[in-house]
Parts: sequence; C-alpha cells; structure tokens
Amino acid sequence: MVDTSVTLAGVELQNPVIPASGTFGFGYEFAEIYDINCLGSISIKGTTRSPRFGNDTPRIAECASGLLNSVGLQNPGVDAVVAEELPKLRKCFSKPIIANISGFSIDEYVECCARMDTQEQVAILEVNISCPNVHGGGMSFGTCPESAAEVTRAVKAAVKKPVFIKLTPNVTDICAVARACEEAGADGISMINTLLGMRLDLRRRRPLLANVTGGLSGPAVFPVALRMVYQVYEAVDIPIIGMGGVSCAEDVLEMMLAGASAVQIGAMNLVEPYICRDIVSALPETMEKYGMSELKTIIGGAHNG
Amino acid sequence: MIKTVYTIVSNEKIADGAYRMRLSGDTGAITAPGQFIDISVPELFLRRPISVCDWDGSGLTVIYKTVGRGTDAMSKMRPGDALEALSGLGNGFDMSRCARRTAVIGGGVGTPPLLGLAKRLTAAGHEVTAMLGFNGTGDMMLADEFAALGCRTLVATADGSCGTKGFVTELLPQAGFDSFCACGPLPMLRALCAALPDVPGQVSLEERMGCGFGACMGCTHKTKNGPKRVCKDGPVFDKEELIW
Repeated sequence: MVDTSVTLAGVELQNPVIPASGTFGFGYEFAEIYDINCLGSISIKGTTRSPRFGNDTPRIAECASGLLNSVGLQNPGVDAVVAEELPKLRKCFSKPIIANISGFSIDEYVECCARMDTQEQVAILEVNISCPNVHGGGMSFGTCPESAAEVTRAVKAAVKKPVFIKLTPNVTDICAVARACEEAGADGISMINTLLGMRLDLRRRRPLLANVTGGLSGPAVFPVALRMVYQVYEAVDIPIIGMGGVSCAEDVLEMMLAGASAVQIGAMNLVEPYICRDIVSALPETMEKYGMSELKTIIGGAHNG
Repeated sequence: MIKTVYTIVSNEKIADGAYRMRLSGDTGAITAPGQFIDISVPELFLRRPISVCDWDGSGLTVIYKTVGRGTDAMSKMRPGDALEALSGLGNGFDMSRCARRTAVIGGGVGTPPLLGLAKRLTAAGHEVTAMLGFNGTGDMMLADEFAALGCRTLVATADGSCGTKGFVTELLPQAGFDSFCACGPLPMLRALCAALPDVPGQVSLEERMGCGFGACMGCTHKTKNGPKRVCKDGPVFDKEELIW
C-alpha cells in the first residue's frame, strides 16, 4: 500500500492532484459526472473584487498539443463567489479548497484575499499575479520581482491563511521573482501560469483571438513548466505547487521529483473531464511501478546527487 | 453528459463540403433536439462540438461541414471506426414553449438540429413550417427530409438557384406561425429576430468552444440575464434574452 498524501504549508492533502483554476469552474460541473471528493483539493475559478465578463470571443484557439485561451478572468465577483459559489461547491466537495485571487491593484488583491481568508472551506490563498489576458493588472504585477514582492507583502499583512503566489513564465528570470515572493513572506509558489502566444486566422489574415494574444497551456508546455519548477526548487525553500501541461500520473511524479509538493491539472480537464479522477486512481500503481512508496519523500528527488 | 465511444455506421457527403455521419451507441444522455456531442479527433487537442441532427435508442446522426482540420479529418473516417465523444451536451430546444403552429428556420449547416426538432414537433401534433436558407443548390441539404415529415417546406437560396432568391428572411411572409426555432449564422438570427419582434422564438448560437460542458468560460455570450455559456446554458436561448 503506497502513501499518496502530501502537505502544503501545513495543509494535509490525501493526494497531490488539484484541478487548476479556470479549468474546473467552481467544481460542480464535474461533480455531475464523478465524485470529486477523490481530489486532493480544488483551485477555484480566479476571483476579482467586481464581476467581470472577460474578453470578447473568440477566446479559445487550438494548437499542437494544447490551446490558447484569452478568457480574461470572467467571474461573478468575490461577493457572489462567497454567497453562491462556495456554498454550492461545499455540497459536492467536503475538503479544504484553494481560493485563486486576481486583481488590478494592490488594494483589490488585499480586499479579495481578506474576504476569502475568513471563509471556513478555504485553506490556501493562491494569488494570481500572472494572468496574461488582462490589461493593467494580472501579469503586470508578476513580471518584476519588486511588484511581486509588494503584492505578497500587502496580502500577507492582511490574512492568516497560507499564501501561494502564482507566477508567470513570461519573464527572463522566474527564480528572481520567486525569491522576491519568498523574502516578502509568501508561504509557497504556484507555477506556471500560461505562456503568452497567438494564432492567426488564414482566411481573415487576422489574429484568431479577439484579444489578439492568449495564454498557451496543455501538454505542449509541460517540459517548460517542469524546467521552471526544477529551477525554482533550487532558488527557494517554500513549497511549490507545480502545473503546466500535466496529463497523466507519470507527469505528476516528474513534477514532484523536480520539486513540486503538489500538482495542478489544467488544460486536460477541458478535453478529458475525468482526467483528475483517472490520475488519482492511476497514481498508486504508477508509484509502485517506479518503486515509490511514500509520495512526500520524492519531492525534489531529481536534485539529489 | 456522458463520455462514450460510438461506432461509425456511415459517413457520406450530402452537399458541398457537408457530410452526414450515422453513429451507433449510447444516446441515453441526449434529452432534447438541439443538443450536441463533443467529438475527439485523433491528433487534435480540442474536441469538435457538432449538433445532433436526430437520434433514437440505438444511435444518432450528425451533419457537419468541413471547415478546418477537425472536420476534414472526420470526413475521412470510415464505417466501423470508433468515435469517442462527450454526449448529451447543452440544453436543446424547449418543445413545451413551441406554439401549435411553429416555424423551424435554418441557415446552411445550422439546419440539421432542426430536423430532429421538426420530427418531434410533428409527432406531437404541431403544424410545422420549415424555412431553409442556403447559398445555392450546392450546399442545400435536408429539404426533402423536412417535407417527408409533413412539414410545409420553403427554401431560399442566395443565388436564386432553388426556391425564393435571397435570404431565409424573404420566406417569412409566405407562412403563418406563432413561434419559431432557429439555427444558423449570427447575422441571419439577428435579421430574423428583428423581422419577428412579436413572435416568441428560440435561437441556437454557435461559438468557438474550449470544453463544451461549462468549465472553461471560453464561449461566453452577453445576455440580458448576465454572461451565459453557449455550451452549457445554451446553445439555445430565448430570443428575448439576447442582446443584438
């Protein structure tokens, strides 16, 4: 019998498999097709202070082994999430969740995080300073170490629960941003958000996405994400939630050997709605195949020697 | 929603760039005409959402137009091949809101889901008029099938090669009806709703989708009742709900 449990900044998870924010809604679409209590946790749809429609459509474009999205943080706003979405999710998911928060100013991050901090079912705050699809917020805080640290400090001063900062890969040195977050008091790092990309519509000779650019995710980005998790693991001492193109139990193990303490599954939820459940059930036999008995002992294992 | 594997029974060209694919397998999740299935195409990442034309207890029919890599690949699939899909997606048309005299109004490859609707409406005793618009005889489809159901069937073609010359809106004065259901390009739906301000209507929208089952917010439309996902809250919307 293998042990799949892991710990994230003091939060015990039965297994490391977490659907990533923006690919799982508020959980209940998936609860219609399987019992989502098998999951380690859930990172809910990115939430902002006010309701947001997001960007114009088309918001989705396909590419080899992945997709681009430019949804742009569509969400009903933190009040509606607290009043309506969290109670609905509570009915189908009994475990602690991760609240993903976005903002367009330091004040907005602080206000939303403080609001979520008081919600009993929220165990971890995941602060998204890396959305590539909004202007004047999101990724603009995550592309330089100073502003990343500033958001981290402000949020940490306002909340009690662990704060994970979600980083963008669209930077020259992700380790410098991660270190700045750690020094500013972050309890962990979530990485990576999507890679900025675009597609053209040959018939119209124009960008396919209404927003012109979008964020690339899916199996295409897995090696990039894995490399960055590996590098950041060496740069910081706080736990990492690894994500980016994970599509099977083997990918979960690779992410953890590279340095992730838990793993999020994103784009694959959109094409294989059972993927998280299937990865959870494949994990024990995959661990056995590679001679692993206790999952938490393999974290960062690729760095030894 | 279910995830299931269908077997392709036939896959034949029925008009310019349009194919009819018959599938056998589990149709238990399909509950209303106008729903769709989301087809997994080998080598491509995203599924392809295609509306259900008609279904019964043992299988279903989809009609699709080849517009890109996914549908091109589908057109080369052979009888006996397996086709993995998510089935029973979207809300579909609400027949309880169709008047005794109902028009089904289709444009191009928006026509197929209306056939399954017309079949169920006629079986339930509705008097159905089918108004179908195409570019010309080349892309015309299903007119005979609507007529065979007993629908009064009117055709308009943009090039005048069959029926009335012009868009499907040209046909509106030719028939009496007290509600309508429509599926086709957005400009057509917009023109219809403008021409029929006092007639209750349901319209089926099309949008590029990510997941097809409500998770990604990729296909959101603005409505009078807030943002709605075409894949999950639609694809069929009350015309009064839409903002044109």
